[in-house]
Amino acid sequence: MATERRPDPEQLLRQVQAEEEHLRRGRLKVFLGYAGGVGKSFRMLDEGRRRQERGEDVVVGAVQANPPPEVEALLRGMEVIPLQTLAGVPVMDVETILRRHPEVCLVDSLAYNNPPGSPNPSRWRDAEALLETGISVIATVNLQYIEEQLDKVERITGKRATETVPQSFLSTADEIEVVDAPPEMALQRSGVGAESPASSASWEHQLSELREIALLLAAEVVDHQLEAYLRRQGIEQLWSTQERILVWITPHSDAAAIIASGRRNADRFQCELFVVYVSQPDLPPVEKAVLGKNLAHAHDAGARIEVLDAEDHVDSIIRFARVHGITQIFVKRNAQQGLWDRLLGTPIDRLIQAAEGIDVRVFPQ
Amino acid sequence: MTEQSPCGRLKILLGYAAGVGKTIKMLDEAHELKRQGVDVVIGYFEPHGRRDTIAKAEGLETIPRRKVPHRGTTFEEMDTDAVLRRHPQVCLVDELAHTNVPGSERTKRWEDVQILLGAGIDVVTTLNVQHLESLNDRVRDFSGIRVRETLPDWVVKQADEVVMVDLPPEALLNRLKRGVVYAPEKASQALQNFFKESTLVALRELALRQAAHEVDARQATQEAVEASRPAAPESGAATPFTTAETTDRILIHITANPATAALVRRGRRVADFLRADCFAVFVHRESVFRDLPLAQREAVERHLNFARNLRIETRLLQGKDAARTVVDFARLNGITQIFLLRPQGASWSKILRRGLHQQVVRLAPDMQVTIVAERRHG
Repeated sequence: MATERRPDPEQLLRQVQAEEEHLRRGRLKVFLGYAGGVGKSFRMLDEGRRRQERGEDVVVGAVQANPPPEVEALLRGMEVIPLQTLAGVPVMDVETILRRHPEVCLVDSLAYNNPPGSPNPSRWRDAEALLETGISVIATVNLQYIEEQLDKVERITGKRATETVPQSFLSTADEIEVVDAPPEMALQRSGVGAESPASSASWEHQLSELREIALLLAAEVVDHQLEAYLRRQGIEQLWSTQERILVWITPHSDAAAIIASGRRNADRFQCELFVVYVSQPDLPPVEKAVLGKNLAHAHDAGARIEVLDAEDHVDSIIRFARVHGITQIFVKRNAQQGLWDRLLGTPIDRLIQAAEGIDVRVFPQ
Repeated sequence: MTEQSPCGRLKILLGYAAGVGKTIKMLDEAHELKRQGVDVVIGYFEPHGRRDTIAKAEGLETIPRRKVPHRGTTFEEMDTDAVLRRHPQVCLVDELAHTNVPGSERTKRWEDVQILLGAGIDVVTTLNVQHLESLNDRVRDFSGIRVRETLPDWVVKQADEVVMVDLPPEALLNRLKRGVVYAPEKASQALQNFFKESTLVALRELALRQAAHEVDARQATQEAVEASRPAAPESGAATPFTTAETTDRILIHITANPATAALVRRGRRVADFLRADCFAVFVHRESVFRDLPLAQREAVERHLNFARNLRIETRLLQGKDAARTVVDFARLNGITQIFLLRPQGASWSKILRRGLHQQVVRLAPDMQVTIVAERRHG
C-alpha cells in the first residue's frame, strides 16, 4: 500500500528553500512543564552546561529571578548577559546578545511580557529574533501560558494567564522535552498548601490534570514530527501510535447511544472521535430527520464529522479509516436483512472482513 | 479478584529506550532521598558500562548481587533475600521488565519487586514503554520487533507514581553516536533496530500517551475516593456525556488460534482504559477438557495461563455450540462486551455465513461484540 509521491518542480524548490532556511536558522529546544517548580530551569541550565563542556559557546539570556539553590549553582559556571531595565521592568537584553552572538542562548519563561518600549512585545518574539540570526535557543515554557490551552487551563484552575506563547511557535521547535514530576514535588517547591491541607489536596488535583494535558500536548507535537518525518521519507503510515475511534452512522436509525459511547470511549482513550456518514441521495423526509438528529448528536459530542461520497459504503469507510489511522470502528447492527444481505453478507459482515488490523465493535440495535 | 495490596510504594520512571536517562534519574532521586535522611539502597542497577552512570552510584549503598551459575557462565541478579534482610526504606531496582536467569528463585524481576513491596519496602524502578504487555502487538506493527521481555500492565497500574523520563530522539541518537549509551559495535547494531528515528519517535509518543493515561487513571481513582468535591463551574464546552457512568464487563473468547494472544492483549488494554472487569472463557465440545487433542489443549492452556498472568479471570465451559455457550455465559454474568477473533484464511462464503463471530453477533443483540483481526506480517 506504499504510495509513491512525485513532487512537482515548484514543490521541490519550496522544499529546498525551506531546507536552506532551516539550516540558516538557529535550533530551538523547549522544555515544557505543567507547573512552576517541576525543574524546567534546572534542566535548561544543565543542558547549557553540558553543551558548554562539549565546547559550544553558551550564554544565559534570561533566567527567573530568585532561582532555587541548584539553579544558582549552575549559573555560577556560565556567562550571564544581565537583564536590562526598561520602565522599571527587567527585560532580556536582545541587542547585547545579538552583538555577542553566541552559538546557544538560554531563555527562561518564553511567555514573559516585555514592557512598552522594548524591541519586541514578548520574550518568545525575542527568542524568534535570536533564532533568525542563527543563534540556537534553549528555552522553557509552562503549559499555563500556551495560548491554545488557556481555556482548558482556566477550566481547571479558574485562572487565565495574560502572558502567552502561541502553540505554533512550539511546533517550530526542533526538539521539545517534557519535564515531568509528580504533583507533590511541584507543590513542595511552590510552598503552597503548607498552611492548609485541604487547599493542597485540591491543588494537587489541579496539578495532575495539568500534568495530563502537558503530556498529551507533547505527544501531539511528537505525533506531528512523526508524520512529517514519514512524509519526508515518502512512507505511508500503516499503523498508529494512538487510538482513534470512528463511529459509522446511517440515516436508518437513531445514533444517540452509539455516539455517546464513542465519546465516552474516546475520553477514556484520550483520543480523537470521528463520526462518519456515507451520503445517500434522495432520502425520504423521515430518514432525513433521523440523519439530522444524528449529526447534531455528533456535533454535540465534539466529534470530527465527515461525510463521504461513494458508491460502496463499506469500501469508503475502510479507506477513510486507513488514511486516518483509525483503530476502532463502532457500528450499529443491522435492523433487518434483505435478500442481498443473505446472499452476499451484510455490510457489517463485509466491514469485518475488510477491517484487518482495525477492531470492529458491533453495537446493539 | 482478591489481591493483597502491597504496603511499600512503587515508583516507576518510564522511558522509551535505553539511554534516555532513566537510571541516572533514579540515582539522582536516591541521592536526594539520602540527603533528606531516607534510608535508601541500590538493589540492582545496570551501569551498561557508562561512566556517568557509574559515577552517580558512588556514595550510595549497594547490596551485592547474587551470583547465579547457568550453563557454565555466572550471571548476576538482584539478591532479594539480602535486600529483605537489610530492609531499607527505599530500594532502587533498575529494569523492571528484566527476566531473571534460569535457576533464579523467581522468573521475573517484577516478581522480586512484589516481594520487596510486600515487605513494606518502597521501590523506585525503571521501565521502557515497549515492555508493556498490552502494547506488544502495536510495537511490532511499527518497529517490526517482537519484544520478548514483557510486563503485565497491572504491575504498572499498581504503581503509586509513574513519571515520564523524556528526551528527544535527536538527543538520544547523538548520545548513541557519541558512544554514551552503548559500546560502538552494539551502538551500530542498535541504530538499525529500535534506534531508527521513526521508531524512536513512535515509541516516545507511545510513552507520553501512556504516562498521560497513568495520570488520568490515578486521578479517576482519587476522584472515586473523594466523595464530595465541590462542583467545578461548568463552561459551555463541557461534554454532555459524562454524567451516567456505566460499568463495562468484558469477556474474551479464547481458542487454540495463535492470534489469541493478541486478542487477549487487546481485550485487556481496552478493559484497562474503560476501567472494566475482564474475563476469558474457552468452550470445549468434549465432555471433559482433558479429552481435547494434545496440541490443541496445550495451545489453549498457554492462552488461559497468559490471560491469568494479565489478571483476567478465566473459565472453562463445556458446550456443543460454542457461540451459544459464550453468549449464555456472557448474559448470565452481566457482560457488556464480547471480544472475538475473526478467523483468517477461510473462504469468503464460509466466513460470511458460518463464522463464529457472526453467530455471536446474531445471538447477542443486547451486547457489544468486538471483532479483532490481527494485522498480517511478513
